[in-house]
Amino acid sequence: MKLEITDAEWLCERPEVSLEELVELSGLSPELLVELVEYGALAPTGTISAAGAGSRTEAQPMQWRFASDCVIAVQTVSRLRDDFDLDANALSVAMMLVERIRGLEAQLQELQSHLPQPDRQVRRE
Amino acid sequence: MKYKDYYEILGVKRDASADDIRKAYRRLARKYHPDVSEDPRGEEKFKDVSEAYKTLKDPEARAAYDNLGKHRPGEEFRPPPDWGQGFGDGSFSSEDIDLSDLFAAFGGGRGRQGAMPIPGQDFEVTAPISIEEAWRGTELELNLSVPEYDGKGGVRRVPLVFKARIPKGVTDGEKLRLPGKGGKGLNGGPNGSLYLNIAFKPNPLFRAVGHDLYLDLPLAPWEAALGASVEVPTLAGSVRLKIPPGTNSGRKLRLSGRGLPRRGEGEGDLFAIAQIVVPDTLTEREQALLKELAAASKFDPRKAFPKGDGK
Repeated sequence: MKLEITDAEWLCERPEVSLEELVELSGLSPELLVELVEYGALAPTGTISAAGAGSRTEAQPMQWRFASDCVIAVQTVSRLRDDFDLDANALSVAMMLVERIRGLEAQLQELQSHLPQPDRQVRRE
Repeated sequence: MKYKDYYEILGVKRDASADDIRKAYRRLARKYHPDVSEDPRGEEKFKDVSEAYKTLKDPEARAAYDNLGKHRPGEEFRPPPDWGQGFGDGSFSSEDIDLSDLFAAFGGGRGRQGAMPIPGQDFEVTAPISIEEAWRGTELELNLSVPEYDGKGGVRRVPLVFKARIPKGVTDGEKLRLPGKGGKGLNGGPNGSLYLNIAFKPNPLFRAVGHDLYLDLPLAPWEAALGASVEVPTLAGSVRLKIPPGTNSGRKLRLSGRGLPRRGEGEGDLFAIAQIVVPDTLTEREQALLKELAAASKFDPRKAFPKGDGK
């Protein structure tokens, strides 16, 4: 049987995403995402049109841009909201903790990779 | 289909109050939720807990579940013929569905909202690939069984078999998206997406950190001391690496651009970590030479230690 081949896409084609895309990718409402920004859990990196928008807090939410690596964190938060019935405030705390754990896990994995793995390597012969 | 005892899964009595059910769910969710739990089997357990709660928290769904009667967990059963009347048109073919599919029509009201467009469900699966596959890019055959809704409350499990082309440049922990490969949208709603969580299979030689690779490089003491030219495996085949004289254990030797390709352009590096190893047994000649070296050498590897009084 010949199988259909589908191209897997990157989560985001660009290094930044808009609020609208974040809504689509996470299933969270724009209102909730705006609230997460207000609580400081999520920070826009800039705005779509730098000209005339003024500082980024003055800009309209629909003009916000976010670093696309926040998508995974926002999806995690979306799951936590559904599974634990969390409100925006609890979510913002959870999001900061989740981010911190992700950072620590990445560091741990990196450090472990630096360590020699004698059982795996040297005993091969 | 197989019966599951939702009350037993949540550890509550069959007459438990809605509040008790919620508390039991929250306790178990904290214990097993894959984002929170360290239990390697947490995800699997959480799925059951979550499925049980989704049904029992909705009074209508709970009543319908109770209506199925009590069976032994795992027991094959069929819903009574009149079951499901009054909840959509109940057109199931009960052989090829899961118990949870029966209740998917409740609560959210899937199928009961008339002509409102409903976007399809997103699916998420783990895609285990080897480091070599990530290096080259690969095609992964996916063989899933997913629920399909007909918009009138009916549901069945359908196989979803296709190949996904994984571009080169992915790395461990990355997520890819297959738009439109999730659940079918209803009433003109868009189809959901399928998300692939890339997970590298363990490799006997290489460890990946982002796009960089790490490799243990065992060296004989004389190779490390004198310097050497040794053959080192890379994903593109072996290359010769110059070991500078006086290389200590733990020193990282960088093979620039020999890591995984990055998305777009460029590639990570390969780091060979020097590891000095000694033979398990020595020949007489080796032993004699090493003894001679020991006698001749003034090298003190522990000169940083405080000098003891020799007792």
